[in-house]
Amino acid sequence: MSIASEKEKKEYAAYAKKHGEKKPIWKHCWHAFVAGGLICLIGQFLQVFFITYFDFTKDTAGNPTVAVLIFVSVILTGIGVYDKLAQWAGGGTAVPITGFANSMASSALEYRTEGLVLGVGSNMFKLAGSVICFGVVSAFIIAIIKVLLKIYVGIDF
Amino acid sequence: MQLKGKQTWVFDQPPMLLSGAAIGGPEEAKGALKNSFDLLYDNQWVGKESFEKAEQKLQEDAAYLAIKKAGKKPDFFIAGDLQNQIVASNYTARTLDIPFFGLFAACATTMEALSLAALMVNSRAASRVLVAASSHMNSAEKEFRYPNEYGIQKAPTCQRTVTAAGAAMVGYGGDTDVFIPSVTIGRVVDMGITDPTDLGSAMAPAVVDTICAHLRETKSKPEDYDMIVTGDLGQIGQRIALDMLKEKGNYTIEPSKFMDCGLKIYHADQDAFCGGSGAGCVASVTFGYIYNNIRSGIWQKVLVAASGALFSPLTYQQKESIAGISHAVCLQKGGNA
Repeated sequence: MSIASEKEKKEYAAYAKKHGEKKPIWKHCWHAFVAGGLICLIGQFLQVFFITYFDFTKDTAGNPTVAVLIFVSVILTGIGVYDKLAQWAGGGTAVPITGFANSMASSALEYRTEGLVLGVGSNMFKLAGSVICFGVVSAFIIAIIKVLLKIYVGIDF
Repeated sequence: MQLKGKQTWVFDQPPMLLSGAAIGGPEEAKGALKNSFDLLYDNQWVGKESFEKAEQKLQEDAAYLAIKKAGKKPDFFIAGDLQNQIVASNYTARTLDIPFFGLFAACATTMEALSLAALMVNSRAASRVLVAASSHMNSAEKEFRYPNEYGIQKAPTCQRTVTAAGAAMVGYGGDTDVFIPSVTIGRVVDMGITDPTDLGSAMAPAVVDTICAHLRETKSKPEDYDMIVTGDLGQIGQRIALDMLKEKGNYTIEPSKFMDCGLKIYHADQDAFCGGSGAGCVASVTFGYIYNNIRSGIWQKVLVAASGALFSPLTYQQKESIAGISHAVCLQKGGNA
């Protein structure tokens, strides 16, 4: 029979693993740490810049900072550089807001050939959609925990 | 034609490969086999407005070139590719205006098409049959993986889809002296691999199954072949296949006589991870490099076992395992098998 039994599947999985390439997890972690940290550092510089040279406070400087990071990320995606950086950086370029911007810009670019409405419009959130969905759901749960802690335990943070 | 064993056709009057054509893209133009392509484009768009149309253009170019080189029109056209509903092939057939069979066996399509073409020619159902297959990196990424510009870190087990197309004319009465004495049709083999970034591991058992069947049923030995070629197993799949052939089939193949199209097509520094893949890879390497080598007498007898990973983006999200299939075609200089 050409479908393997569970035992054969397990044996083959071990066999393939023995022949396979190991994912360099520690190297990936280090790259992600450096790249992600660097992006956050740039963000910090931008924030200080906006507070120092423009009329922004610590609370309001976040908006222009994020706007600049998103803008740069989208430009880098458009000129075909972001995916190459990401191959080195991994999670480091995926987790910050630049990764979110890249996921939307890359989808928009990819489906441009299918037109603006059915292509770009409906596919732009193809990857970002689950981030938004689970982001909203987890924010909702965290907010409930926060409210409950405040009412019943008296902790406010 | 005779059925030997369970799955091998041995042709009493072997059909001939009357011509071969290979068309590639920019990355292939930098690769190790750049001299065996007939035409290489310098960008992925190939002057078209979408990657899907670009792939169609590659296949059309290959088909027209194979017809031109053979000097005669085919009666039938058999082709396949990796796009949804094999549209690149369907639209190529629209352009060619020749009665058409569309096939899908992922990257094994080329050898499936070649087997059927040989059968048709041998049984006199056609005097000449044109076969073609293609793949395009960007259209494949879009369909099977993520948007091309999306920043995802690819696993070291990944393979790069080759942007290329290959076509060949099968018939009698040419002067190329490259024959198809036998073919082995593969079974679908599923060993339960579910990782779509590691297709080499998923396909290797199918390749081993088909190569063993071919050697057993044609009563030949690995030493009888100047080269045993696999179609896009990549580094990992090739390692597995070599070991499994020894352990399961008791066939010892010299690593120097075991070639993978996906490993051969690029240089090691080309960021192809485990090697190239795609229906166009084995098609362009077989109808370019391998065909030229047999024609010029560098190799006398070659077995090409192309392998396909049978899955769709939906099935792996539904946790279905990735099945493999492999079809093998023997190519030989001179008609006496």
